[in-house]
Amino acid sequence: MFLLKLLIRNAFRHKLRTSLTLLSITIAILAFGLLRTFIGAWYAGAEASSAARLVTRNSISLIFSLPLSYKDKLRQIDGVKEVSWGNWFGGIYIEEKNFFANFAVEPRTYLDLYPEYVLPPDQRETFLRDRKSFAAGRKLAARFGWKIGDIVTLKGTIFPGNWEFVLRGIYRGRDENTDETQFFFHWDYLNETLKKIAPLRADQIGFYMIGVTRPDRAAEVALAIDRTFKNSLAETLTETEKAFQLSFISMSEAIIVAIQLVSFVIIIIIIAVAANTMSMTARVRIGEYAVFKTLGYRGLRIAGMIIGESMVISLIGGMIGIILTFPVAKVFGKILSAFFPIFNVPDGIIVMDLVACIIVGLTAAIVPTWRALRIRIADGLRRIG
Amino acid sequence: MAPIVEIKNVSKSYRRGDRITPVLVDINLDIEEGEFLALMGPSGSGKSTLLNLIAALDQADSGTIEVGGIDITALSEGELAAWRAVNVGFIFQFYNLIPVLTAFENVELPLLLTHLPRKERRDHVAMVLQVVNLADRMDHYPGQLSGGEQQRVAIARAIVTDPVILVADEPTGDLDRKAAEEILGLMDRLNRESQKTIIMVTHDPRSAQKARIIRHLEKGYLNDVPTQAAH
Repeated sequence: MFLLKLLIRNAFRHKLRTSLTLLSITIAILAFGLLRTFIGAWYAGAEASSAARLVTRNSISLIFSLPLSYKDKLRQIDGVKEVSWGNWFGGIYIEEKNFFANFAVEPRTYLDLYPEYVLPPDQRETFLRDRKSFAAGRKLAARFGWKIGDIVTLKGTIFPGNWEFVLRGIYRGRDENTDETQFFFHWDYLNETLKKIAPLRADQIGFYMIGVTRPDRAAEVALAIDRTFKNSLAETLTETEKAFQLSFISMSEAIIVAIQLVSFVIIIIIIAVAANTMSMTARVRIGEYAVFKTLGYRGLRIAGMIIGESMVISLIGGMIGIILTFPVAKVFGKILSAFFPIFNVPDGIIVMDLVACIIVGLTAAIVPTWRALRIRIADGLRRIG
Repeated sequence: MAPIVEIKNVSKSYRRGDRITPVLVDINLDIEEGEFLALMGPSGSGKSTLLNLIAALDQADSGTIEVGGIDITALSEGELAAWRAVNVGFIFQFYNLIPVLTAFENVELPLLLTHLPRKERRDHVAMVLQVVNLADRMDHYPGQLSGGEQQRVAIARAIVTDPVILVADEPTGDLDRKAAEEILGLMDRLNRESQKTIIMVTHDPRSAQKARIIRHLEKGYLNDVPTQAAH
């Protein structure tokens, strides 16, 4: 108790210096937390994916399609429980800056495969019945102020023309990391329209979503699917939903690595700032440490005082940074919602921040502690007066 | 009765680069229990160095120093720290109080190394602050006290563990005459009433007169005849 009182009083002895150091640590921990949240947001889709779902696409590339006829063969493969399919629609709402993900899907099987998209029963019913309808996530509907019954027009980029849809369902995410910014509509609507305007593009699927009977059979089923379509005109590549999501992330891996590096560089910078403060502190107080030694205080206690003071500053700055991370991440999440539907501060971030603070506190105290322990009492006392 | 401090053939020198400067040369000195000794000498005569050696703040190059029957030249650094905590009370010229601690807390510092329960610790501190007549200023920080009062807090801190010896390095060097008289009076009282052994370094003859015996160091040598102070 006495030691803690001494540490806190010592830490705030030079208010301006300590305040500036606290500010640096707070900003660094906040930046560290936000960058880690940003990285987490990048992986949110992969994290939210189910181990019981597979994605089958054309083995050449995602931009090549698969025939609709594969669906029946897929259903017959041992281990396959449910088959759904869809196309990336890539429509634009009013203008390009209003970007959001939009898909044409087979709605009944899709909703069965994605139980985390929770639609009220009456809305689900009307959505499934109305071929021109679409369902949107709660956040997306809120973003544009859409209400049930509203007509929304998307300008097609992959499938040219203006496409009108009626909002029949607004889903909520079952889990915290469920994407609530999706827009999906009836694949039949797209396909039937294509039959009229571009018949060659009809009955073509962008990807199949496969539900497996047991997650532990996912690898085996994926192999069986690809084997089934080997040597066909459109060979398949089947992978778990997580691997499928990660393949997108890998395209921007260099950016993620850069962000990760920056987050650690921030910690290194703050170690230097804190170490500078602690060095100045220890230099000024070397005489006091000599007095403590004179009174019989041993090296371990002196080290405890310096390390403790460094930890007090580092932890107070860190705690403020941690507390600020949540509201600031919320604001960032709103601003970036079009690109990062899930922008939640990761669960482990508090632990990571605290570990970072402890590393900062300990590292910053190494040199001052070493100096204080090394100095002879007589030399230390000479520095006073 | 054996002396409380026995110094035999102690030498000490400092090295600066290639140059070795002898500071103390073959010092022999006995100090009896309950003595009040003043060590005098000009600047650089080695008096503070000798005091540091007696108080185990520094180590001799050769010779032995026994305090209370213990050869402190044979103790390790850790053992010396523990030994100092119990056996030596320090009074410095510049008080050396911890500015972020109150007078009470400064006096309590040495007791935190003991196993005394909190209440007993507080009772001890309150008692010594009474002895130095500062009971009413126990919650003041050093910056809120005059020089004389700060030195009295330092004395309270020095005696709170009831050490075997009190060492004082120019205890009145930073004080005006009146405050200096008060401090010397207090030290005299501690010596007479509590039979504290006091070793004081001073270059002020008037301060030295408060001691019972005066010894003079000259260029690292202690060749004088002990002088009885005239009071």
